[in-house]
Amino acid sequence: MDFTIQDDLAAHREQAREWFEANFEQAWADDQYHTGSHQTMELHKRMAEQGLLGAGWPKEYGGSDVDPDFVRAVYREYVNADIRMDAWMTTVMVLHTILALGTEEQKQYFVGGAMRGEILIALGYSEPESGSDVAAAKTKATRDGDEWVIDGQKMFTSTAEKCSHVIVLARTDPDLPKHKGLTMFLVPTDVPGFEVQPIHTLGNQRTNTTYYSGVRIPDTLRLAGVNEGWSVIRTALVYERGVGMPYKPIRVGEHLAEWAQSTTRPDGTRPFDDQQVAERLGRMATESEVARLLASRLDWMVARDMVPSVEGSMSKMFRSETDQRHYRDALDVLGAEGLLAPGAPGAPRHGTFEFGFRAAVVETIYGGASEIMREMIAEGRLKLPRNRGK
Amino acid sequence: MDLDFTEDQVALREMVEDFVEKESSVDVVRAAEPLGFSPTVWRKVVDMGLATITVAEDLGGGGAGFLDLALAVEHFGRTLTPVPLIEAAVANHTLATFASPAGKLLEDAIAGDALVTLAVRPAVDGVATIVPGGAVADAVIALDGDDLVVVRQSTISPSSPAEAIPNLGALPIADREVRDGERIVLARGPEAVAAHRRAVGQWEALTANALVGAGQRALEIGLDYVMERKAFGVLIGTFQTIQHRFADDVTALDGARLLAYEAAWALDAGQDNAGELATMAFLYAGEAAFKTAAESLQFHGGYGYTLEYDIQLYFRRAKAWVLVAGDPKAGYADLGRRFYGPKGA
Repeated sequence: MDFTIQDDLAAHREQAREWFEANFEQAWADDQYHTGSHQTMELHKRMAEQGLLGAGWPKEYGGSDVDPDFVRAVYREYVNADIRMDAWMTTVMVLHTILALGTEEQKQYFVGGAMRGEILIALGYSEPESGSDVAAAKTKATRDGDEWVIDGQKMFTSTAEKCSHVIVLARTDPDLPKHKGLTMFLVPTDVPGFEVQPIHTLGNQRTNTTYYSGVRIPDTLRLAGVNEGWSVIRTALVYERGVGMPYKPIRVGEHLAEWAQSTTRPDGTRPFDDQQVAERLGRMATESEVARLLASRLDWMVARDMVPSVEGSMSKMFRSETDQRHYRDALDVLGAEGLLAPGAPGAPRHGTFEFGFRAAVVETIYGGASEIMREMIAEGRLKLPRNRGK
Repeated sequence: MDLDFTEDQVALREMVEDFVEKESSVDVVRAAEPLGFSPTVWRKVVDMGLATITVAEDLGGGGAGFLDLALAVEHFGRTLTPVPLIEAAVANHTLATFASPAGKLLEDAIAGDALVTLAVRPAVDGVATIVPGGAVADAVIALDGDDLVVVRQSTISPSSPAEAIPNLGALPIADREVRDGERIVLARGPEAVAAHRRAVGQWEALTANALVGAGQRALEIGLDYVMERKAFGVLIGTFQTIQHRFADDVTALDGARLLAYEAAWALDAGQDNAGELATMAFLYAGEAAFKTAAESLQFHGGYGYTLEYDIQLYFRRAKAWVLVAGDPKAGYADLGRRFYGPKGA
């Protein structure tokens, strides 16, 4: 047993830092904060030109010689600078799925195009009346010769405003059982009948509703077989882990402790010397470590060729709920100053506590709500009878 | 991170698992109340070498690490085995680091002729209060002011325990004088305070592992119950409120186990933050174990309130093992200052 914290990317840190410094503009971070659109196209173009997007992908589909670990180290720099690449993250998930299930023509077109920075793909799974219950999708696709006609509405199609395509889960046979009548399509965002409407969120993030009114696409944009959409989703979920951003440690306690040690109250004492503040900090330090360990366990399992299942649910649920709880506690400790948002004069840490509190709300909802995680843990680990319907 | 056990660790776990299953059934645990000590089981634990497993081989110990002991202790916790193994192992380890002043007492401890325990809270006015294992130990290691002392009291031993003090966890606790009797000063001043802090860290890391074992068993008892008890015509284990609370509990216990292993590993690896990890593991495992035991008891309905059902044994101990060290909230506050404050402050 060994708990030494390994920095697998240590060899690339310095070079990654240099790349970041040559390719970072504060305006991008500011723009992401103000517009809530979590993909910066100028940066994306540079990453494509310099082969970062193609790192680790097959040469025949446009892969580059750039070391994927170097790119991971670069991602880490951008995470630290509050720059997100959400559209690229969803694109990577879909590209893996295309490589696994797509036609040769699709691999050339989508993977090749994505490596050049020309293709970005948003996820079109959720609908107004279905979220966690993905297979309840009602958007329908009807065959018409060599084409399909798509009608419906998708919710939370984040980054669609920047994407060339949306991967749309559609019902192709309403008479089959719910999981069996679904098919997946790669719908271009420049076709007639496609429309994007922004949705604004508590965490400033901009997401979208996307509308499909008689959208016509060729059969060549169908991914995998007709009525095999559910198996595509299952394949995509396998790739959801391991390709995204690295584990993001919970740092609320650390930031609150810095504030508590550098702030003096009117009576001359520091919050850090307050027993109740110190108790919360001790708890934050502990729970952050537990969250890190539950996430590290997944990496260990993957390295050992084991397939994490409930362990992933545990990590996701624990990290997200802990992060939310820490932000709530941090605002309480800050007291009235906890109200102050980014831009407010004198806001602690430039209002990042207040912003973090709002932004953390979505963590227990997207990517499988905490309630679904509990169902999976109860069924998969505790062997309790499955409760949710089919 | 690497979570694999070594072959030796796998063998040790199996040996201990077999031992506690055979020697520490729930009947044995119940029979040992209210004192909370079985001299028969203790003799066998000593003969297995578990109480001196971390003592260097050239001193007659097992030469193993705290992680090895932690794996054993997890099974002791799981079965609530009524012996003060953690206290004795930490006390023996501490004596071995002060082998010269400890002298004959160390020899007796290693030979299994003396049970030494640890007062985890400093003595006040020459008395260490509510010392775990204090009712059965020949000697107690305590921090008395700026002195780390070990005090042997001829009237108490495993074969002639003090009268049981009624307590929540049926623990063999006692108040012990640390200025009377055969008193040896092991260390003085900052060295003494640091050595006591190290011993407490070892105790915390090991107790965390015992709590994880107890919490895990409390969960299993609860799962068995909800899968056989029906209400409104269905198994209560089908109810979401029960499923989701147990899902939270098993997640917290998994996290606590990882943290408890990490804390024991950090002691062996000499990590700078070993003391902080030990406190984290102790407090977190205590919460996870108690919450699990309390919910498991709750899901038993009225039967959970009875002494007949075993869940109450776990409910009481999960709370009691933590209280031995004092108020957990004060523990978190102290941890917060140690973890985030200037190092060495």
